[in-house]
Amino acid sequence: MKMIAPVLTVLAAILLLWYAATVWMNSQWTYDQAARAGEEVTFSELVTDTLTQKRPVLPAPHQVAVGLWEGVAGQKITSKRSLVFHGWITLSATLAGFALGTGLGILLAVGITHSRAMDLSVMPWAIASQTIPILAIAPMVIVVLASLGITGLLPKAIIAAYLSFFPVLVGMVKGLRAPDHMQLDLLKTYNASQGATFWKLRLPSSMPYLFASLKVGVAASLVGTIVAELPAGATRGLGARLLSGSYYGQTVQIWSALFAAAALAAILVVVVGIIEQITLKRMGMVQ
Amino acid sequence: MTAAPVIQARGLELTFETNDGPVHALKDIDLDIEKGEFVSFIGPSGCGKTTFLRCIAALETPTGGSLTVNGISPEEARKARSYGYVFQAAGLYPWRTIAGNVKLPLEIMGYSKAQQQERVEKVLSLVDLEGFGKKFPWQLSGGMQQRASIARALAFDAEILLMDEPFGALDEIVRDKLNEELLKLWSATNKTIGFVTHSIPEAVYLSTKIVVMSPRPGRIHEVIESTLPKGPRPLDIRDSEEFLQIAHRVREGLRAGHAYDE
Ligand SMILES: Nc1ncnc2c1ncn2[C@@H]1O[C@H](COP(=O)(O)OP(=O)(O)OP(=O)(O)O)[C@@H](O)[C@H]1O
Ligand SMILES: [Mg+2]
Repeated sequence: MKMIAPVLTVLAAILLLWYAATVWMNSQWTYDQAARAGEEVTFSELVTDTLTQKRPVLPAPHQVAVGLWEGVAGQKITSKRSLVFHGWITLSATLAGFALGTGLGILLAVGITHSRAMDLSVMPWAIASQTIPILAIAPMVIVVLASLGITGLLPKAIIAAYLSFFPVLVGMVKGLRAPDHMQLDLLKTYNASQGATFWKLRLPSSMPYLFASLKVGVAASLVGTIVAELPAGATRGLGARLLSGSYYGQTVQIWSALFAAAALAAILVVVVGIIEQITLKRMGMVQ
Repeated sequence: MTAAPVIQARGLELTFETNDGPVHALKDIDLDIEKGEFVSFIGPSGCGKTTFLRCIAALETPTGGSLTVNGISPEEARKARSYGYVFQAAGLYPWRTIAGNVKLPLEIMGYSKAQQQERVEKVLSLVDLEGFGKKFPWQLSGGMQQRASIARALAFDAEILLMDEPFGALDEIVRDKLNEELLKLWSATNKTIGFVTHSIPEAVYLSTKIVVMSPRPGRIHEVIESTLPKGPRPLDIRDSEEFLQIAHRVREGLRAGHAYDE
């Protein structure tokens, strides 16, 4: 309850700034229209006009809210104008890519912590892979895979995985190396095998690290999917919605899609957080 | 005492190379420990007690001299699962319950589920933790955690028990009780025990042999053979003349060992 007041204050401040910015950024068009008609604009006319334009430079919060509501509840969910429809397309690729990336990240981390050669050879490539802008890679992957006849979910999932494997890899390497000397020495006195050390010590130790990176990874996955939906005239998914909005100057559509994506990201992170809470509680690692 | 010693050290030496130059943790250690002996190591902080136990358990590699366990190297003895080791800190795995922690060595050594169950119950009651099996370590006090870690080392049949200040964190009463239990267990099983402590009465009460060590470099200052009867000893043996005499010798030894230091 103590949290509510500050959260609402910040929210109110953001809305206020946003409205102010809306008036300011859309005023040019209003002035131009008025000048063409040879009229003067009063301040109140300016405000009402800037907040209700059809194609504003910056849509007002309530316009975005209406756009979101229409997109979510005002359409059949199979409609091409439904945000639920596009959201689902994006979500499915995100989840597939997230699973792929997480699996890859964990596998590489296991390899890296168990083999010095892999540590030296894989890690630099993993880091290098993240320095290449995803915007440069995505179209290439899409085009190459399309020429092989692979379209739809898989190319997007691959790009999502490309972004999400990295945080998982880094977190898991740290997690698998988390056990301290005494915990390792204990197993040594039992003459435990590498396998037993992994399953009974390294893996459980890494869980808090894994979940921390899964939260970053799932958000990265969503970004990857949306970026993958931008090029080559995709027609489905939140990314496509963003793109077509910008083609036709439908700023309300862009912002609605943006907020839908943000909400999706928030939901995904919260879901991972809930799974984290349950798992760590079961393991006795949170009190 | 005709059989070959279980643990035999000759000119054992261990030097840690650190950034501030070499640290002589152990130097010229000659020691025989016979099968079934209860040997206590006592000495000021930093004199190499922990390091010596770790050498026996093949957790450290000596830089000189020889060390054998049952006539083979510590490494091989470890592979034969000869050691139960109680570390200076409890070191329970936080994601395992108390019973789960005690079960850990049994799982690794391939005991059947039924055996695991039975042994866990037995050793938990031995350290007075029955009923706490389902709790997680953070739900227990430090002393209880330490007792759980002792139970963990007792759960399987290690021939050699190495204990690094296992009772340091316990109150006097519990300590007495565990000392008594440990003696009973030891005489019932004929295990060989290496035991580090800072308490002179504890060392004298428990041991057949007391090794007094001195620091910088870590050396054996004196080995005192106890004349107290081997086997279970009543707690009030600590008031006997004989006991006090041995305790006195240990104290003198510690003092003389310290004197090198000045
Ligand atoms: N891994 C290590 N690297 C460098 N020096 C070490 C290492 N382990 C121990 N030492 C040093 O070796 C010496 C002996 O340490 P050890 O832990 O055996 O002492 P101890 O007798 O067990 O002391 P305490 O009673 O405080 O537990 C100390 O001077 C310590 O600083
Ligand atoms: Mg020590």
